[in-house]
Amino acid sequence: MKLDAKIPDGDLKDKWKNYQSTCRLVNPANKRKLDVIVVGSGLAGASAAATLAEGGYNVKCFCFQDTPRRAHSIAAQGGVNAAKNYQNDGDNTWRMFHDTLKGGDFRSREANVYRLAELSGPLIDHFTMQGVPFAREYGGVLANRSFGGVQVQRTFYARGQTGQQLLLASYSQLSRQIEAKKVQMFSRHEIQEIVVIEGKARGVVVRDMITGELTNHSAHAVVLATGGYSKVFFLSTLAMGCNASAIWKAHKKGAYFASPSFTQIHPTALPQNSETQSKLTLMSESLRNDGRIWVPKDKNEKRAPAAIPEEERDYYLERKYPAFGNLAPRDISSRAAKESIDQGLGVGELKNAVYLDFKDSIARLGINVIKSRYGNLFDMYKKITGIDAYKEPMKISPAPHFSMGGLWVDYELMTTIPGLFAIGECNFADHGANRLGANSLLQASIDGYFILPLTIGNYLTDELKTGKISTDHPAFKEALVNVKTKFEKLINNNGTETVDSIHRRLGKIMWKECAMSRNEAGLKKAILEIKSLRTEFYNKVKITGLVNEYNQELDKGSRLIDFLEIAELMCVDALERNESCGAHFREEFQTPDGEALRDDDNFSYVSAWEFRGESDFSLHKEVLNFEYIKPTVRSYK
Amino acid sequence: MKLNFKIWRQDNSQVVGDFKNYEVSGLNEDMSLLEALDYLNEDLVKKDEKAVAFDHDCREGICGQCGFFINGRAHGAGNNQTTCQVHLRSFKDNDTVLLEPFRASSFPIVKDLIVDRSSFDRIIQKGGFVSANTGTAVEANSILIGKKDADYSMSMAACIGCGACVATCKNASAALFTSAKINHLNSLPQGQPEEYSRTINLVAQMEAEGFGHCSFTGACEIECPEHISLSSIAKMNFSYMKAKILN
Repeated sequence: MKLDAKIPDGDLKDKWKNYQSTCRLVNPANKRKLDVIVVGSGLAGASAAATLAEGGYNVKCFCFQDTPRRAHSIAAQGGVNAAKNYQNDGDNTWRMFHDTLKGGDFRSREANVYRLAELSGPLIDHFTMQGVPFAREYGGVLANRSFGGVQVQRTFYARGQTGQQLLLASYSQLSRQIEAKKVQMFSRHEIQEIVVIEGKARGVVVRDMITGELTNHSAHAVVLATGGYSKVFFLSTLAMGCNASAIWKAHKKGAYFASPSFTQIHPTALPQNSETQSKLTLMSESLRNDGRIWVPKDKNEKRAPAAIPEEERDYYLERKYPAFGNLAPRDISSRAAKESIDQGLGVGELKNAVYLDFKDSIARLGINVIKSRYGNLFDMYKKITGIDAYKEPMKISPAPHFSMGGLWVDYELMTTIPGLFAIGECNFADHGANRLGANSLLQASIDGYFILPLTIGNYLTDELKTGKISTDHPAFKEALVNVKTKFEKLINNNGTETVDSIHRRLGKIMWKECAMSRNEAGLKKAILEIKSLRTEFYNKVKITGLVNEYNQELDKGSRLIDFLEIAELMCVDALERNESCGAHFREEFQTPDGEALRDDDNFSYVSAWEFRGESDFSLHKEVLNFEYIKPTVRSYK
Repeated sequence: MKLNFKIWRQDNSQVVGDFKNYEVSGLNEDMSLLEALDYLNEDLVKKDEKAVAFDHDCREGICGQCGFFINGRAHGAGNNQTTCQVHLRSFKDNDTVLLEPFRASSFPIVKDLIVDRSSFDRIIQKGGFVSANTGTAVEANSILIGKKDADYSMSMAACIGCGACVATCKNASAALFTSAKINHLNSLPQGQPEEYSRTINLVAQMEAEGFGHCSFTGACEIECPEHISLSSIAKMNFSYMKAKILN
């Protein structure tokens, strides 16, 4: 199958407008005849479900949490970017487009990235209208702050809880449509299979997590908004329930998976402190606005941080990247931290962290300013570690965070399965090989509010003649039986190993070989280890309880099956890409001073993988054409 | 470190539950309480027993999904925290730790430590929003909001919907939760047009769900992870009177 990104004609600045002017629309009376399923209720899912319902479509929305307000968009702290130029610092759509394309190391589509920047301003208007209490200046206008990888102040924020406030705004709009009976909401329900009939996505098989009951749901289009897959690493900044199951099922049904190895390791999380740890907590990147990152110059340093004199500290980001300093992009900051830690300069009991120090900004700005900017983050830090970061530096460490990779989608956000759309973090579209801070809330919301509700119409106009779709079709029955068999097999396996113990081992393989730096031998080894772990899972996993009751072990086990498969594809993809770009750093391909060495002649494409059977993936290339910005070496020095 | 857990076990809402004792050793004080439960659960599974069901997701204190009673207090002994933020360093070696689900008739038990808080969703559905469709927004800076008002609104909007306020209240009142949403939106110009209907409808739904009334004992503000203060309820009552008279 030839990949067609369906990029509209015209100059870059006119592409989205041209699309809006020419795409086919469904008239409001006809929208009532069309059903849409939205999987996930995070920022992308809730905003899409609400906006589709406002337009008149009949929407069913599913989430695995107890209420749609919990989705992990809620944990984004720092902010959302928009090229408003409120700070009069030279920002505009073009500059934001440029920053994002460069931040992604030229592995994303120009047209998508430009649209992201173009719609960022209207998004701030929209959220303000919905009652998001963004930070304000005394005169009543909106406030901004800086974020990594850019030299302007374009980040809008609501204390350190921006994701929460945007998600709750989308949740409030979703709630309005639930009350209006335009959205049927299914909480504590998890998608088990995507049903494809005659090449089109026609519905899903869903499990009621409380009763274990499996049901079929049909629709004229299915929208996946299921977030990222970095929980494959077991220890990550993601919520415990985050999973790759829906996108992986879609992949196995024919949706190509793009750039699976592009996963971001966030530089500022709290370090792991024991084997029993279940997750890594993120500290917002915004802290790097006022915090300085350093390690001691001496490996054997034993003194408390405050007792170490200035000249014996290595402020390595400021030293290596003077132009951006502590605000260097995430991939670069994480790798720099790893280098220091690998050299034995790490701090903390396990020597796996670096210092993030606010001493100088407290001296410059006063403690109250720091408190007003980051108070809740300092409180959180204290609750978790018991340490007062106003008095001593925080200890931070890199942690698996965002997945830039995801289902391949065209300009309309449709996957290679007609009628199946992917929005938000679960698609691959806008961030290339590295996402800039405060661009994820932006992308999730824009996909859900502005893009999908329009582009889905272009597909659905042809569905008007279809009429109601019956779940009596054999494809639904077959899918349901397969899911039932999977759960029965899991529960009756009666092995000796817990789900978490196997997931933890998978995480270790991935962290060692497919995280911040990768090499051919390691990736090959990892693929073998993953395959053997998969066999071990089926032979040895043990899950207690029943199929037809609330069974969290069973839920986790079912998700782990998919992680064990996606992990392999991540390694296969990392192995195929014989270059370094953004978050994908192959040790064989680096400059003499250790920076990523991109190979535009051979790798300027999106890797879209087709599933052909277990461990059998075939590569399709979507060549990236850069007509407006010539790829340059990405330097933050 | 060793702890003696006493945990409420109940398979579903149709059966009677009771407390079961679990001695857990091999813990360390940097573990969170939820990690200790993960640890216990792995052990239970190996022993062919059912794992303890408990709600949790972000484990960073922001999603609001975790929450149960720990030694008789919602979210444990510390003030203004979530269950996932309780670490074992707050217990002593060999302590007994009593875990039981939030108790409120409007939060029926689902399983073990899990309760159903969908009543909160139904309150929000009655008007915890601004009725403005996508596409209708005006330029963001054309709505000026003073810093003080914006900060106040943010403090109210910070509610994570965990339900600790209800669980700890002797009347199982949802007044703190409901007031936070009313005040968040009513204090912004965007929320003004629906001020009265929002206030009346949210309060009516809170009562319809069977939550009790507020008698101003203030237990809720001590447990609220987001430090939402009791004065929020006073403000809601004022708004309610105003709405009843002027609507």
